[in-house]
Amino acid sequence: MESCNCIDPQVPADDLLMKYQYISDFFIALAYFSIPLELIYFVKKSAVFPYRWVLVQFGAFIVLCGATHLINLWTFRIHSRTVAVVMTTAKVLTAVVSCATALMLVHIIPDLLSVKTRELFLKNKAAELDREMGLIRTQEETGRHVRMLTHEIRSTLDRHTILKTTLVELGRTLALEECALWMPTRTGLELQLSYTLRQQNPVGYTVPIHLPVINQVFSSNRAVKISPNCPVARLRPYAGKYMPGAVVAVRVPLLHLSNFQIYDWPEVSTRSYALMVLMLPSDSARQWHVHELELVEVVADQVAVALSHAAILEESMRARDQLIEQNVALDLARREAETAIRARNDFLAVMNHEMRTPMHAVIALSSLLQETDLTAEQRLMVETILKSSNLLATLINDVLDLSRLEDGSLQLEAATFNLHSLFREVLNLIKPVASVKKLSLTSHVASDLPMYAIGDEKRLMQTILNVVGNAVKFSKEGCISITAFVAKPESFRDARIPDFLPVPSDNHFYLRVQVKDSGSGINPQDIPKLFTKFAQNQSLTRNPAGSGLGLAICRRFVNLMEGHIWVESEGIGKGCTVTFIVKLGIPDRSNEFKLPFVPKVPGNHGSTNFAGLKVLVMDDNGVSRTVTKGLLMHLGCDVTTASSSEECLRVVSLEHEVVFMDVCTGLDGYELAVRIHEKFTKHQDRPLIVALTGNTKKVTKENCMRVGMDGLILKPVSVDKMRGVLSELLERRVLFESV
Amino acid sequence: MDGIVQLQRQLVDYTASLFHEGFLDDQFNQLQQLQDESNPDFVVEVVTLFFEDAERLLNELTKTLGQPSIDFKRLDAHVHQLKGSSSSIGAQRIHRVCISFRNSCEEQNVEGCLKNLQQVKQEYSLVKSKLETLFRMEQQILAAGG
Repeated sequence: MESCNCIDPQVPADDLLMKYQYISDFFIALAYFSIPLELIYFVKKSAVFPYRWVLVQFGAFIVLCGATHLINLWTFRIHSRTVAVVMTTAKVLTAVVSCATALMLVHIIPDLLSVKTRELFLKNKAAELDREMGLIRTQEETGRHVRMLTHEIRSTLDRHTILKTTLVELGRTLALEECALWMPTRTGLELQLSYTLRQQNPVGYTVPIHLPVINQVFSSNRAVKISPNCPVARLRPYAGKYMPGAVVAVRVPLLHLSNFQIYDWPEVSTRSYALMVLMLPSDSARQWHVHELELVEVVADQVAVALSHAAILEESMRARDQLIEQNVALDLARREAETAIRARNDFLAVMNHEMRTPMHAVIALSSLLQETDLTAEQRLMVETILKSSNLLATLINDVLDLSRLEDGSLQLEAATFNLHSLFREVLNLIKPVASVKKLSLTSHVASDLPMYAIGDEKRLMQTILNVVGNAVKFSKEGCISITAFVAKPESFRDARIPDFLPVPSDNHFYLRVQVKDSGSGINPQDIPKLFTKFAQNQSLTRNPAGSGLGLAICRRFVNLMEGHIWVESEGIGKGCTVTFIVKLGIPDRSNEFKLPFVPKVPGNHGSTNFAGLKVLVMDDNGVSRTVTKGLLMHLGCDVTTASSSEECLRVVSLEHEVVFMDVCTGLDGYELAVRIHEKFTKHQDRPLIVALTGNTKKVTKENCMRVGMDGLILKPVSVDKMRGVLSELLERRVLFESV
Repeated sequence: MDGIVQLQRQLVDYTASLFHEGFLDDQFNQLQQLQDESNPDFVVEVVTLFFEDAERLLNELTKTLGQPSIDFKRLDAHVHQLKGSSSSIGAQRIHRVCISFRNSCEEQNVEGCLKNLQQVKQEYSLVKSKLETLFRMEQQILAAGG
């Protein structure tokens, strides 16, 4: 054998084994070559593969391994050195690359593993998110349910509907087995089962309100899980074999109207709650979820609000109904009153005419009868007839007046009149009656009382006469005093008339008149009745001769004059005081009669105006007397003279139209005027009294007015002036020259 | 004829002077107006009456003031009378003095009263003589046929 570069294998080749090895190597090489191809193919396909270099390396490793195995095919037989070299090279390379790859894999495999971990992690996260999304969806659905429920509840204002709807909707939304509402009873000590979902007519179960479980529920505004065995939850017979469903209870505040303050939330301490109990279906494994509890709480609140709205509405409907009723009643009353007034007016109209006519006939004929010859007996009878008829006539007039007063159709006149002379006249009228009854009558008219006032003289006189007449009528003995003065604001603050606070002004003043008598007095309790129409004082001492209308009319008059009248008496037998205050106008300077003294008829108007005018001149100064006499005679008057007051009084008669008196001589003149008044008190056409004085003091004028003089002229008097004066006097019956 | 005219003119002048000097005032005119056919001597009558009245009063006044204890009230009353009378006929100056006389009486001023009395007397005599002259002149005119 030659020595060749062939390398002999150690073991002689077995043919079968050789074949198998041959084939295996071949396939291994094939596989080894195809793996990188596959790798490359798939990596090219995938977008992301970070380890290309590793791939290359791995590919190289595989290729070389494959190459090695492939070359191994040739080493089974005798092979040349070249093959051996190639084989060795391949193996060496393979060894290098494999080692490098092995080293590389140490780094790479953890990375690959971590990728896997991350993948797992992401998968978990995705699952979690899925779960959460499920939850959110559920919640959103719950929210929709709540909105729908609220809408249902709030769509009605009827209490029962609200509650029923609540239960129904809750039952539907939450798929409840039973839902119930316990309301507090009137006493507030118990809860009564008012509404349930399934049972149509809940029997009136009640539970006391102070159970611990109830307190627990009431003390919090959350929905509270309670035991199914507690009294409020045992609503239905327990039918299931398994556990009864979980029960939840929540409080429903019952708000009253008073709880709502404007701009404020209702107070938390509302005191009364209702209890809503919700039961899940038994035999189901359902539990109360948080979102369901929240739903229940929200609904409970909404129900509270809806209920209070319903209560408000109920209240206002009730009030409206009440008002309608009242309106109807008032309308009816008004119509009735109108009918009554019409009836009364008709009656009065009839009374006015029909009753007065025969009355008039009776009075007239009775007085005529009086004038004829009668026996004493007959005369007495006629007088009685006359008196009674007069009384009756007065009564008719009074009633008429009163009704006109009440109608408001009576209007006071307003004219200027002499206040002082009014009082004098009253005195003169009453004095005879008083003296017959042996009553003394005193009067005091304050000096600051204005001489003239604007008002209704006739009615004021009527009032005073009535009051004084009553005093006289009801006094058997003693004295009657009349005082009149200007009411000062301080004296107004009278406890008896707290609301009356008149204020005098430049245009008016308040006259206060007080009439005190020492007669039979009045029981203080009867005083309010005095002014009532037709209510007579039933006291025995009173003479029931009056009609009971007098004071009522007085009060009406006084009220019309914006005043006030009241009676005081300390009791039976202690006399009685009647006071009244009325408002009168003050005549101002421009109203006064007069004269900027310009005689209206200057010059010779012809003294024929005064032809035969009978005048009396009283002057104790001879010269003045003569001058005045001459003056008046020149004007054509028929002059009588008197040189003293006594002579004047003796001589004065109704024939004289005017009496001129000099009042320079102290107070004689004033006294004389008073006496002349007294002499002619009953007569309408007494002589006019004119003062003739050179005294220019203002008090003179007031004094003249006070004593009732009709005029004042200042000396010196010229012919023209006297002419004018006489004209004025005769025309107006009064003349006060301005001082 | 001329004589009457002259006399009348004299009268007018004299009367005017009386007015001018303040002895008489408008009241005297009024008195004159009152004189007519029915009452021809009205003025003379009144004035005479005045003289009598005044003299009486002046005597009274003198007497009262001569008393040891003067009754001022009485004094005042008299002066008042005189004042009234004098104003009635228009004796203006007397009237004025009377006013101040009354003041003195109110003040109970004896000195003043005495002085006033003196004045009154003086004025009175003056006016008396003047009026008498006036009347004489009137008489003359009447006598002369005017």
